Amino acid sequence: MKRAFPIFALITAGLLSFALYQALVVAPTEQTMGDVQRIFYYHVPSAWTAFILFFTNLVASIVYLVRRNLKADAVAVVSAEVGLVFLTVNLVTGPIWARPVWGIWWTWDWRLTSTLGVWVIYVSYLMLRRFSASTQTPVLASVMGIFGAACVPFVYFSIWYFRTQHPSPVIGRGGELDPRMAHVLLINWLAFSCFAFLVCWSRYRLERVRREVEETQALEALLETRSVR
Amino acid sequence: MKYLYAAYAATWLIHIGYLSSLVARYRRLQREIEEARKK
Repeated sequence: MKRAFPIFALITAGLLSFALYQALVVAPTEQTMGDVQRIFYYHVPSAWTAFILFFTNLVASIVYLVRRNLKADAVAVVSAEVGLVFLTVNLVTGPIWARPVWGIWWTWDWRLTSTLGVWVIYVSYLMLRRFSASTQTPVLASVMGIFGAACVPFVYFSIWYFRTQHPSPVIGRGGELDPRMAHVLLINWLAFSCFAFLVCWSRYRLERVRREVEETQALEALLETRSVR
Repeated sequence: MKYLYAAYAATWLIHIGYLSSLVARYRRLQREIEEARKK
């Protein structure tokens, strides 16, 4: 496993560079928006990656609630944290794209507002994890994770069922994306998924070490208290 | 083009910022482990 990590990191770095080249050079220029449309190749894969990580958080939260499995709890916190980073990228790149295209940075329509709502839910989830010292924290966080993941389909389908400023789906129902653009989009998504997996891997190792250190410190404190008595 | 570069730069700044926070957390843990070993 120790050798696998740097090899996978190298592959991911190569894939991200290739994806960047594809997005900036190979992908055709969109006729209406021009080059600014290339933000799409970072904006959309970031959202998809975040949603996959929130789904991972959902599964891990359910496993923890059913089996009280500590590894599942660690996976839940890791996937929520990394997912939030990707959703932040989505929320930052969106307004940067909107400004030259719509003429505004932000509008309170269904898609944008629901995405921001999900972001707030996962920020709250991580704050609960960070600042609550209760033994019930993992249980409360798991319930919150399930609630957060339940809101994700609302974000995804909001552009199907409501009139929004946000464009319609580009892939699937009503999607008319140029096949060359779709190809570059999928390469970028693959690259960001590999990157997310790599970051989760590092963060999971860190989480396991942190928990071991906390357990050792708690044990030491207990032993010190007993020796004082 | 400035919006395109701004979006790509912002993306990598966010990722690098997060990775830096992971490195800082890892170093803090290493320090705590070393201090515990000294005891």
